[in-house]
Amino acid sequence: MSDNELLPEYQEPGFLGLSYTMWLRILAPSLIGLLTLGAWEWAVRYYEVPRYILPGPILVAETLVRNWGSLSVSLGITLQITFMALAVAASLGLALSVLFAQSRIIELSLFPYAVILQVTPIVAIAPLIIIWVDNIQVALLICAWIVAFFPILSNTTVGLNSTDRNLVDLLRLYGASPWQVLWRLRLPTAMPYFLAGLRISGGLSLIGAIVAEFVAGSGGRASGLAYRILEAGYQLQIPLMFAALVLVSGTGIVIFLALSLLSHLLLRRWHESAGAGDRR
Amino acid sequence: MAKRYATGTLAVQDVGLTIERGDFLALLGPSGCGKSTLLRMIAGLDAPSAGSLEWADSAARRDIGFVFQEPTLMPWSTALRNVTLPLELAGVARPEAEQRARHMLARVELAGFENAYPRQLSGGMRMRVSIARALVTKPRLLLMDEPFAALDEITRFRLNNDLLKLWQDERFTVVFVTHSVFESVFLAERIVVMAPRPGRIAAERRVPAEDRAAAEFRTSPIYAAHCREVSHALSDAMAA
Repeated sequence: MSDNELLPEYQEPGFLGLSYTMWLRILAPSLIGLLTLGAWEWAVRYYEVPRYILPGPILVAETLVRNWGSLSVSLGITLQITFMALAVAASLGLALSVLFAQSRIIELSLFPYAVILQVTPIVAIAPLIIIWVDNIQVALLICAWIVAFFPILSNTTVGLNSTDRNLVDLLRLYGASPWQVLWRLRLPTAMPYFLAGLRISGGLSLIGAIVAEFVAGSGGRASGLAYRILEAGYQLQIPLMFAALVLVSGTGIVIFLALSLLSHLLLRRWHESAGAGDRR
Repeated sequence: MAKRYATGTLAVQDVGLTIERGDFLALLGPSGCGKSTLLRMIAGLDAPSAGSLEWADSAARRDIGFVFQEPTLMPWSTALRNVTLPLELAGVARPEAEQRARHMLARVELAGFENAYPRQLSGGMRMRVSIARALVTKPRLLLMDEPFAALDEITRFRLNNDLLKLWQDERFTVVFVTHSVFESVFLAERIVVMAPRPGRIAAERRVPAEDRAAAEFRTSPIYAAHCREVSHALSDAMAA
């Protein structure tokens, strides 16, 4: 009388350890990218566009390599702000949403202000923050944090509130304390929501850091990537501007991929979103 | 163990019921007759708005296992960790909790699946994990809220048999909510028929142990006779 067997995990046919879908997901966008770059390079050469208007991709790559020494220092500075902002956004967003989950009154009183903070354009308040806060690093951090923290706060709050009611009842039945319900039930339930928020916030904290650097740019002390873009713009070094821009976008992509990987590793064993049959 | 209960809420009205230790009691009725409400009040999850529950042994009040209609497992935990949950909440040390959980999983025929996650298990297996979790504390009272309603009939029959066997071995008290006449007759010695709007007790029928001992009880004429009788009691209750 044994119906006992594990449900089979969906396995796609594949090549070299990657499924065909996965190959398609890698190859198709790569092909589009290469075609676009090729057309760009061809157009620049054919129409003899001057490099201070639009440099070709090969020139941008050369500039990137030639200026790697100074650009990598700027990248390091921007990354530092980005990751600190993301860390503060993640921990503070998580802590606030736990607080919200514990008390409806606190949630109702504070959530509107979180929304206000979210909808106020950061470019508009960044100058104020930079004036108010003496330490430019801290000012940049605050700007990046304001942009980054809302998705984590709002996602995690939804997650903490979507706990299975029957499981809550079950824990009550066994005399669990509110702390145990939070730790054993609400936080694991909120985990996928938190990670989804983190993936959004990763990109946003980079944007926040760049925007704040732009505003603070003339201050000169913080020579992050945004400052290099500004500087290159003033000096009409358009290839350098593009090189810095490539670094910013590349960084954003790497952050997104790293957070997606983290999410996959943490959820793959139990959550539907990270299953073997994932098609997104 | 005895409890008496009466309330003036719309869900359940003037219910008086005494449950004896070792009973296998089915609460049978259509949806909306308050059988789940009654079960939740016995569990202490809802408080009666009038009347009270009395426990002959007050320690039994905290000595309850509960099985919901859905397996209600924690998807992020393995079968084993789902079953150790009640023990860990009771402060049992991890090694002992795991040993008892392993034993209980083996009792519900899930030995070898300790490290499987709920999404890897079939509906019937998930329900077995849920039953193992409810029984791992060796509760004196097992409350079940239509636990097999969402399963296919073949799986349901199998789990009916297994539950009956567990009960015959351990002799805990069971209150089993169901809307299936056949299931209630197959499982329960006492069948309390409830009527809706407002929820109340309409009749009680008994299936003596010696009748159940009949060979191939599920296909026997005795079983059919009991089903007919309980069916009539249920129709009367709904017509009244």
